[in-house]
Amino acid sequence: MLTLVNMEVMFWGLILVLKGISLQVRTGSVTTLIGANGAGKSTTLKAISGLIKLERGEVTRGSIEFDGQKIQNRYPEDIARLGIVYVREGRRIFDELTPEENLLVGSYLRPRGEVEEGLERVYHYFPRLKERRTIRAGYLSGGEQQMLAIGSALMAKPKLLLLDEPSLGLAPLIVVEIFEIIRRLNQEEGVTILLVEQNARMALGLADYGYVMENGKIVLDAPAEKLKEDEDVREFYLGLSKAGRKSFQDVKSYRRRKRWLG
Amino acid sequence: MDFFLQLLVNGLMVGALYALVALGFVLIYKATDAINFAQGELVMIGGFIVAVLLGSYGFPLVVAVAGTIVAMIVLAFGVERMILRPLIGRPVIAVIMATIGLASILKGIGPLLFRAETKNVPLPIPDAPLFVSGLLISPIQIVAVAISLIFLALFGSFFLRSRIGIAMRAVADSQQVAMAMGISVERYFALAWAMAGIVSAIGGIIWGNLLGVDVHLSLVGLKVFPVVILGGLDSILGAVVGGLIVGGVESVAAGYIDPYVGGGTKDFIPYLLMIVILMIRPYGLFGKEIIERV
Repeated sequence: MLTLVNMEVMFWGLILVLKGISLQVRTGSVTTLIGANGAGKSTTLKAISGLIKLERGEVTRGSIEFDGQKIQNRYPEDIARLGIVYVREGRRIFDELTPEENLLVGSYLRPRGEVEEGLERVYHYFPRLKERRTIRAGYLSGGEQQMLAIGSALMAKPKLLLLDEPSLGLAPLIVVEIFEIIRRLNQEEGVTILLVEQNARMALGLADYGYVMENGKIVLDAPAEKLKEDEDVREFYLGLSKAGRKSFQDVKSYRRRKRWLG
Repeated sequence: MDFFLQLLVNGLMVGALYALVALGFVLIYKATDAINFAQGELVMIGGFIVAVLLGSYGFPLVVAVAGTIVAMIVLAFGVERMILRPLIGRPVIAVIMATIGLASILKGIGPLLFRAETKNVPLPIPDAPLFVSGLLISPIQIVAVAISLIFLALFGSFFLRSRIGIAMRAVADSQQVAMAMGISVERYFALAWAMAGIVSAIGGIIWGNLLGVDVHLSLVGLKVFPVVILGGLDSILGAVVGGLIVGGVESVAAGYIDPYVGGGTKDFIPYLLMIVILMIRPYGLFGKEIIERV
């Protein structure tokens, strides 16, 4: 469904941030992109959704292909029209609007007749939003805001949902709840999902296929099951080693290096 | 007591007209986050156009009003496209300076294109005042108040109920998120300016009739700031209430204080009110409080 081929992204015409990203998202799958802070995960999503344009970024090489169409360097609203909806990190919702109004804005690209049905679907997955639909969204709890952000995206009936760190700053129990809903969206609604996460354990548990990013490059990729078993991934991203959990006291300077950085 | 009531009623009626002008300001601020210092000048241009269409060309009233509205929409579109769109995403101060510049330009162009002498806007409304339970009220004021309230109600329900209105508030809230939802932010900016253009046209017609049209008509714009600060920059209801309060207070204050100081009270009382409000309730009576998470 979505294919990035050797995509390079540059900001301000001189800062090379992504250095040749190739990845593929298959229709109906959940694909995840994991990696440390500053690896370029969010930038990849912004490049796909066109939002880099607002930050003076540009895809300078390679291509982004969606359903056989080249879509790099288009305006965000055009990308959204194609059916790619981007849920940004940090729960970006419209604080001043009520949850219901937020959802209405989400359905902006759909015909008016579908609005009612869309609302029902969102409230089915997020009953809590229904209870709180008339208060200002800025006063919702963090978890509810994340639900609202995903719900708004759902209103647009996306073909491809880009999720940026849905677990950011949420309590572990809420994270579990949200991931469960994401899984149901994929299975019951058939939404294809590209998920960016720092919480590698949750992400790999959910995804079919995973990519690992470091320093603006993709360094590993494999089916999620396999990635979970990978020694390097286990140590660096899941915090596990052969001996189980590791104490920081035991960390020595000769610990395993990220050899692929070189 | 009658004197007080008379002052208050006159003030409230003028206040409804302030609200109409302030509405133009609020529409633009609400949708685009731009502070428009040229609101009074837009009203002035609206006044000029209607005066010329009615007076110099002798068009019938309906045609002249429609023509003014269309002309003001075109002007507002042009201003948005040529001056504000290039500034999207720039610091607030750049936008403020641009609109101050725009105000000066319009003040220069108005008399240049339409001649500087004071023109009147003849409306087919009788001049003779009506007596309503002992109070003098002029018919034009009643018409003006009715038009103001209709417009305020229309725009108010537009923002609250319609899909486009809600989308417009969303754009004002966060442009980037709106774009990611597929909303064309630029189109909404243009729409907001067009709506402000309509309001300015109506404001120009009514204020032009009351005061006569020349460069000084733009001074009604000065009353916008106390009104919107009082009511809340982004609140339509605030514009109405703020307008009524400013109109009422300045009229009453002028009635009682002017005889001692020889005039001018009207000009400074609204600003005194504004400064007090800024100190005790900076977001105004109905403005949005910024939600802060701690």
